[in-house]
Amino acid sequence: MIEILSRPWPWYVAGPLIGLTVPLLLILGNKTFGISSSLRHMCAACIPAGISYFKYDWKKEIWNLLFVGGVVLGGIFSVFYLANPDPIVISEALRTELSGYGITDYSNAWVPADVVNWQSLLSLKGFLMIVMGGFLIGFGTRYANGCTSGHSITGLAALQWSALIATVCFMAGGFFAANVLIPFILNL
Amino acid sequence: MDDKVYHNKQEKAAFEQDLKVRELDAIEVNESRLQHRWYHNVKYIIAGFLFGIVFVKAEIVSWFRIQEMFRLQSFHMYGIIGSAVVVAAISLWVIRRFKIKTIYGEDIVVNVKPYNKGVIFGGLLFGLGWAITGACPGPLYAQLGTGATVVIITLLSALAGTWVYGLVRDKLPH
Repeated sequence: MIEILSRPWPWYVAGPLIGLTVPLLLILGNKTFGISSSLRHMCAACIPAGISYFKYDWKKEIWNLLFVGGVVLGGIFSVFYLANPDPIVISEALRTELSGYGITDYSNAWVPADVVNWQSLLSLKGFLMIVMGGFLIGFGTRYANGCTSGHSITGLAALQWSALIATVCFMAGGFFAANVLIPFILNL
Repeated sequence: MDDKVYHNKQEKAAFEQDLKVRELDAIEVNESRLQHRWYHNVKYIIAGFLFGIVFVKAEIVSWFRIQEMFRLQSFHMYGIIGSAVVVAAISLWVIRRFKIKTIYGEDIVVNVKPYNKGVIFGGLLFGLGWAITGACPGPLYAQLGTGATVVIITLLSALAGTWVYGLVRDKLPH
């Protein structure tokens, strides 16, 4: 059993499980599945600085912070108890392209260790990938009022117009970054 | 709507703009009136925990998978998002059709996110960040759990982005 669970899960198992998170959170306590709001709650809790956007009772949203805390724990658990013994399998075309940028280390399946590491943080390439990338996530999700979970999964499932527009824009930004911006940054 | 009198078009536009911006503040509008003891919140940690395991085991938190998705080199991520939406949509339909209530017996309400131009601008910016880091906010937390410690900087940067948005929000087109 553990052996089966340790292998990468196929999309037709993972996708429906993620979809079920939406009714699960609603039934558990009328919570709308959305993750990026947790960033706002953390700002409101730690550094509100008198900004009106952060002036609200974040304690009422504590469930959201506990949920993302659980996500971190789930990540830790998977690595310790359900680790895939084999390196990540990626498409040959991507492997070839990435080796052209000097990315050949697949020891960490989650981030490209050649670029995303503590040393590279001080280089322009690493700074753009780690700091600018992170900043865009935080700024963009709040500006768009949601991320993949709130818009693309909950919003689309609820047939909301704004969610469709948001999803199209997420994808457009992603396609541009992956095919134009990232090759440029990795060649720096 | 309301009986407010506008002196000119600009004033009306300004009011509507302000309204749109304030609508964004409506978080958790269907907030429960029930008061629960602290341990009722433990269930959200468990839900997040299971969700985090799915994220890692389906490799959604992998930068490499996200690159494949945005280069159309793999169906994996499309299959995940597509089937998640279908399952969530059917679930919502079932909840509405059978008027399923929460475990506390309250009616279930799904918030509608209002549309404004921020969805476009913010969506594009987030899309860039998603591809660059290989993580949307959920996977970002899970990446942290997998032991890639430098991801803490990505998360802090995301918090900085959120904070700066709060700071300059009134000056941005919405």
